[in-house]
Amino acid sequence: MSMRTPLAQVRGHGSAKSGAHHWWAQRLSAIALIPLVLWLVASLAAVATGDYATAVDWLRSPWNSALLILLIGAMFYHAQLGMQVVFEDYISAYWLQVASIILVRFLAMLLSVVSIIAVLRVSWGS
Amino acid sequence: MGSSNRPLSPHLQIYKPQLTAVLSIAHRASGIFLVIGTLLLVYWLTALAQGPDSYAQAQAFLGSTLGRVILFPWVLALFYHLCNGIRHLFWDMGAGFEISTVYASGKIVVVTSIALTLIAFGMAYAMRGGAL
Repeated sequence: MSMRTPLAQVRGHGSAKSGAHHWWAQRLSAIALIPLVLWLVASLAAVATGDYATAVDWLRSPWNSALLILLIGAMFYHAQLGMQVVFEDYISAYWLQVASIILVRFLAMLLSVVSIIAVLRVSWGS
Repeated sequence: MGSSNRPLSPHLQIYKPQLTAVLSIAHRASGIFLVIGTLLLVYWLTALAQGPDSYAQAQAFLGSTLGRVILFPWVLALFYHLCNGIRHLFWDMGAGFEISTVYASGKIVVVTSIALTLIAFGMAYAMRGGAL
């Protein structure tokens, strides 16, 4: 067992350089989501109240499908980062904490890929 | 010294709920709720991709009483998380930390998110030609 204090053990190793990565990623995705979410709600208020053809026409526009894919990516990335912090704060059993974070990451990846494929299938026609 | 009989600091139940604390935990709660709510968007998109029949089914569900009971808090949580998130971004830039400003921005967030929710549903009903 080392006689050095925990502080002495970590001193002098230098910065990990990636310590602020999660923080930055959460803010960056948040900033991206501000215009994207406003655009989505405004669009859906108009589109989702109409019929099938209205929705398909809307999604076939390259701008709409591009923005929707960007929103899906930013949304699930932001969701995964947020849930990670929640698990880190409230789950004290370390194995369960890590398992939950991994599960949410896999689910976010699955749901975003499914959603993007759905968007592409409509916008390219089938 | 044993840790079992140490004096405890006052816990959540002792404190009178304050706007700042309530909005803080509401940000996290709305975030978790929205993560579950992403399933709605996935459901709508996959229904659309599967064709007119499944889309009509999804529309019928989302337009039903149950669908609306889910949609309304979803949009409210979305706008709350959005507005309060912007409040957080100002704090990240080091602005708005005075107690009076924190309370004022909190009230603005509550009013704005409710207003935006009502505007969104108002727009949706106007698009349907005013039919509920």
